[in-house]
Amino acid sequence: MRYMLMFVGDGAPDGEAGSAGMDQVDTWWDKYSKSGAIVGGERLQPSAHATTVRFGAAAPTIVDGPFAETKESIGGYAIIEVPDLDAALAMAKSWPASPAVEIRPIWVD
Amino acid sequence: MGDAIAAVLGQVFREEAGRVTASLTRRYGDFDLAEECTQEAFLSALRAWSEQGIPSRPGAWLQRVAERRVLDRLRRAQRHAAKSSLISEPDSPGGDDRLQLMFACCHPALSRDAQVALTLRVVAGLSTAQIASAFLVSESSLAQRITRAKRKIVSAGIPFRIPDPADLEERLAEVMAVLYLMFNEGYLSSQWEVSSDRSLAEDATWLAGLAVQVLPAQPELLGLLALFKLQLSRVRSRFDGEGRMVLLADQDRSMWNRAAISEATDLLDRAALIGRPGPYQLQAAIASCHALAPRWADTDWPLLVRLYDRLLEVQPSPVVRLNRAVALWHVAGAAVALGETEALLPALQGYHLVHSTRAELLQELGRDAEAQASWDRALALTLNPAERGHIRSQTGASIE
Repeated sequence: MRYMLMFVGDGAPDGEAGSAGMDQVDTWWDKYSKSGAIVGGERLQPSAHATTVRFGAAAPTIVDGPFAETKESIGGYAIIEVPDLDAALAMAKSWPASPAVEIRPIWVD
Repeated sequence: MGDAIAAVLGQVFREEAGRVTASLTRRYGDFDLAEECTQEAFLSALRAWSEQGIPSRPGAWLQRVAERRVLDRLRRAQRHAAKSSLISEPDSPGGDDRLQLMFACCHPALSRDAQVALTLRVVAGLSTAQIASAFLVSESSLAQRITRAKRKIVSAGIPFRIPDPADLEERLAEVMAVLYLMFNEGYLSSQWEVSSDRSLAEDATWLAGLAVQVLPAQPELLGLLALFKLQLSRVRSRFDGEGRMVLLADQDRSMWNRAAISEATDLLDRAALIGRPGPYQLQAAIASCHALAPRWADTDWPLLVRLYDRLLEVQPSPVVRLNRAVALWHVAGAAVALGETEALLPALQGYHLVHSTRAELLQELGRDAEAQASWDRALALTLNPAERGHIRSQTGASIE
């Protein structure tokens, strides 16, 4: 199964605590990249730099900022390839940084 | 259809539903399809067996019919070739197939409502109509809930297996919560049976028994099964001929099922040897304390108070404290119990039992006017006719 892990977070963590946190994230990322579970993924720029295209009845409108309806914004994502949801959950539970991780199965035709 | 046939059918369905679904899922790699075809096979069985009688090997009959349906559908969808590549030799990695299904249906990625509905339908083989009637929801919204949950199992990749040791305890807690809710829904509702052949409380007990066979060394699971058996042992004495609720103190104890009680105490002994007590074991111990007393007057109240104290340590809820106050009444007297009960009024003011307990205590202390006011509060807070009847009879006694 392929899943996308979406990490809640916005912008870089500050100061020393932040860089220690980044070390843990690097360790986590290395571990699962080496095991082959992580197929791809990136860290994102802060949501202040986001632009949203919204589709209404008329022409699409372009809005400055991230999705307005969600309280949390996505700070990064990983595409993973693991046997099942339990394996994805185990990975997400060990994520060392952000306050929440959403697990989304990837569409297959 | 006669009730005798209905009862046998209910048992066969319960026994075979999970097995057939699990084996078809393994064989054809499609849970959704397997589940639907199993249900269709049950419908055919219902028609065929009530006319021709039950075949000698009903499980094999169901398996054959369900499998034929799967193949028909695959052929019709012209996906047969593609799907055949998924067919693998049945491999059961140990344990009962049905328990693996139960872990999938009770996966924490599903909502509690979905877990309960799915377990009843997929593992215990209840029909959508039976489940809908038990939970007082419309059949169409229940069917939708089940369909959505099945889709999620398939598309989110929820596995069909006993969880790894690292996750087992957490996941088993999820399964036990579903069974506990299922049992109480059946046991506490005025409608004991969802149809002539099924009762949710008995289904939950059967599922717990299945789980114990595969996981015999999980103390809380043993405690849960013991608790169910103890509650079921008194099921025939809970209501009188006119459907009025009979309190534990007034029940005819000769009607209690002694065999079930001794099975339950054996289970509790096994759990105790493992030495990891928990809320289900403690609740079962409390129930067994009542079950083993020959008469109400013989109840071991000091032991009950100690058990409630331990239950409060792991499950600090005001309802447990109220139950403890009732036990304390018989140990330390009405005045002490009244103090405890009144301390719970702010937390439980909408709960009729806190008011009726207070009323009984006030009555014993001779404070009749206050008792009357408490009975009135209790009466205003419950709609259950059996309980209203009980409160009325108590109020009458206090007026005399």
